[in-house]
Amino acid sequence: MTTFDTTTWTRIEPPARKVKVSIDGEDVIVTEGATVLDACRQAGVDTPTLCYGDTLTPVNACRVCVVEVEGSRALVPACSREAEGGMEISTDSNRVRKSRQLVLELLGSSVNLKLAGMKHWMDRYDADAGRFGPPGEPAGAGERDQAQPGHHHDVDGATAATVTEPPRIDNALYMRDYAKCILCYKCVEACGEDAQNTFAIAVAGRGFEARISTEFAVELPDSACVFCGNCIGVCPTGALMPMTEWTMRQAGTWNEEEQTITRTVCSFCGVGCNLELHVQDNKVVKATSPEDHSVTSGHLCIKGRFGWEHIQSVDD
Amino acid sequence: MDIKFMHAEATDAEKSAVDAVLGAPDSGWDGGDHSRADDRIARLGHDARSRRDELLPALHGLQDRIGWISEGGLNYICRRLTIPPAEAYGVATFYALLSVQERPPIVVHVCDDTACRAAGVMEIIEDLESIAGASGNADGDSMWLTSPCLGQCDKGSAAFIQSAGAPNRVIAPSPATDIVSALAGEIPSTAPSLGAPQAGSAGLQLLRRVGVVDPWDLEDYRFHGGYAALRMAVHMGPAAVLREIKDAEVRGRGGAAFPAGIKWQGAASHPSRTKYIVCNADESETGTFKDRVLMEGDPYAVIEAMTIAGYAVGAEKGYLYIRGEYPVAEELLANAITKARAKGLLGSDVLGSGFAFDVEIRRGAGAYICGEETALFNSIEGYRGEPRSKPPFPTDVGLFGEPTVVNNVETLANVPLILMGGGPGFAASGTGGSNGTKLFCLAGAVEKPGVYEVPFGTTIRELLDLAGGVRGELHAILVGGAAGRFLPISRLDTPLTFEHLRDIKGTLGSGAIMVFNTEADMGAAVRRVAAFFRDESCGQCVPCRVGTVRQEEALARMEAGSDERAVLDDLAMVLRDASICGLGQLAAEAVQSAFELGVLES
Repeated sequence: MTTFDTTTWTRIEPPARKVKVSIDGEDVIVTEGATVLDACRQAGVDTPTLCYGDTLTPVNACRVCVVEVEGSRALVPACSREAEGGMEISTDSNRVRKSRQLVLELLGSSVNLKLAGMKHWMDRYDADAGRFGPPGEPAGAGERDQAQPGHHHDVDGATAATVTEPPRIDNALYMRDYAKCILCYKCVEACGEDAQNTFAIAVAGRGFEARISTEFAVELPDSACVFCGNCIGVCPTGALMPMTEWTMRQAGTWNEEEQTITRTVCSFCGVGCNLELHVQDNKVVKATSPEDHSVTSGHLCIKGRFGWEHIQSVDD
Repeated sequence: MDIKFMHAEATDAEKSAVDAVLGAPDSGWDGGDHSRADDRIARLGHDARSRRDELLPALHGLQDRIGWISEGGLNYICRRLTIPPAEAYGVATFYALLSVQERPPIVVHVCDDTACRAAGVMEIIEDLESIAGASGNADGDSMWLTSPCLGQCDKGSAAFIQSAGAPNRVIAPSPATDIVSALAGEIPSTAPSLGAPQAGSAGLQLLRRVGVVDPWDLEDYRFHGGYAALRMAVHMGPAAVLREIKDAEVRGRGGAAFPAGIKWQGAASHPSRTKYIVCNADESETGTFKDRVLMEGDPYAVIEAMTIAGYAVGAEKGYLYIRGEYPVAEELLANAITKARAKGLLGSDVLGSGFAFDVEIRRGAGAYICGEETALFNSIEGYRGEPRSKPPFPTDVGLFGEPTVVNNVETLANVPLILMGGGPGFAASGTGGSNGTKLFCLAGAVEKPGVYEVPFGTTIRELLDLAGGVRGELHAILVGGAAGRFLPISRLDTPLTFEHLRDIKGTLGSGAIMVFNTEADMGAAVRRVAAFFRDESCGQCVPCRVGTVRQEEALARMEAGSDERAVLDDLAMVLRDASICGLGQLAAEAVQSAFELGVLES
């Protein structure tokens, strides 16, 4: 009987097909199935993104990554459009610059983008978030939850409507500041099919009154939330934040430049999730997981994300 | 999926309202009483999730019977269908006709949209405010709300009544006194008139049976030539039917003017075994009511055309998605489906040919965006009515992820005509780029508003004459509804075809023609269009969600004397270039064209 040494076998994949696209006049060859954003990155063309996440299904809702594709009537979102052979893509045409400028202005005028890391893009595209007038009155607590779809309220245009409302703090682990929410759907995806399969939150309401919500806007401890914090991990604007970070930011003691990041393995169970412990003044202030880690893809459970406070508890 | 439900319990009335739609629960696994047998078998997984598309019908069940959707009621639906409560809440809060807050049992939605404004509806609303108080006041047993276009534009005013435990009704025209009676619970049982002044005239094609046949009666339909086209189709075979439709070069009548034959061919040649036909009857474009006239006047024709489409494409299932504000049309179509099924014109063996096809009606719940084809799919599937990005296009990945043909009601109404007259004959009947006849919805300041059928190439002036001429002095014309554009009055002799209007930067859109005379408040009309888009944006993408708000604000500042053209032009650009779907892409068209033509200057 013949024996095979299977350890020497190599798995043969069908050859990956390549497609050639042109980005700003330069030819780029990418693997079939790659997106326009992949092609841009490969070509070294920096592209702003907000709602895009490497580990999530693209929803192309923010429209900040739009590019111009020859033959397409409207601009196309780079993050979700598959690169097709022969595509001629412009990433810095007047139309692209204007649309990106306006998208940033529209976001900046309605949402608090302080922690979204969009400053240099705003500068690059000359985006003036103040051009639509002074921000309107913030909504009261829970007011936006009551909005009825399709009900019109007359405006006088003296102020620019915003999504500002008081931060929601209803548990000890993390808080939600929807004044910073750009409605990128990332938290919904991470809570749902893309990671956690908990489905504690969804987009509710419609139009400008659309918001992230639990059922009937109940507080998180009453919802299906399991406090894995994966929504925090994917939030691009700081709308979702661990309470440790929020408290320190409020006190003015949060100092990211002073922090070191130590990579370690979570000790709670045997899965082997990598943890990044953010340490400031010799104290852990936050735990995250690297997005490129094969076990977690950046996601954790309640223990990994929040269960570290005991390591710095001091016996009195 | 291990779902955490809420603790709230449904009342018996709520349970029975939901069960009336979904059937009685099988076991404790789908919301019924827990029995010992449930401990031995689990019925979850794909079986349960495959019922997701029954979410919207179940929500309607609660809304119709109870008048609102309580926590207990929603929780019960979630248990029945294995849906996470947060997601169901997200769906329920998407639609204007559903309420997750307790509200009075009678809610009257009063149209204050552009077409009715042009006909003078604001006087009625002022009267109503003085008698019944401001809109949205929920004290007492009833309330009234302003509403976007209700598709009764020929009457110049309309109200849609939701009454808990009773069928939804429409009153049109709706003088303030009738609305007040409706608020008091005296709901009229008579349906509004059809709105087709040409009915019964010779030479009509699409409207040939409207107002002539009894819309309830299948035999009368057959007596007037109905089902001859389906019989012919079955005789010809699917490939030949497809060829006739392609030869006819019939363009879609829903607004986008895409050639129907290409859609049919795309779905027909797709290797997938499951395919769907969807009839888009979510006619919500402001000033448009032609599909309602067709469905109310000749409902069997829509079902027959869908059956022919299913036969040609190889689909066994059709969905007819009708807007919630059309209760009369819905009832007529449901009747038509039942009677057609009883006669073997739908079902497992259509006309004894071995071809299986059936149609299911799905009712919208107050969302203009659900007329966008991919938003419509999401709505049917039980998700929020948010458009999907294209590509992939519906003929590849459509309803439930399968190849799907979506056609507007009027487009489908052309199908039997094409088969009976032959594709090439149909193609020869037009102007080359626009074949066949077209329904136009004349509303606003015309003497005889209504749906008019004319050959493509008829001029706007001829159409206005047909409608008895302008009431007062003509000031402006908005063609294509809220998503359309104002046309210069100097262009009254432009032939109405897809290509001629494109040449002058206009659009035929849905065929809505709103006429404004010099008495109309054009500033208010343009602001109403902007408000419409602000209210109807689904909120998914930034340009539309925030851009429509900023557009309305800028118009308000402009009215106060500020120069906002630069802001409005920039907004128009980002809306057109960067929005996901047609709603956002067209949200600035009417406003922009109003400036370009100076219709705001009196």
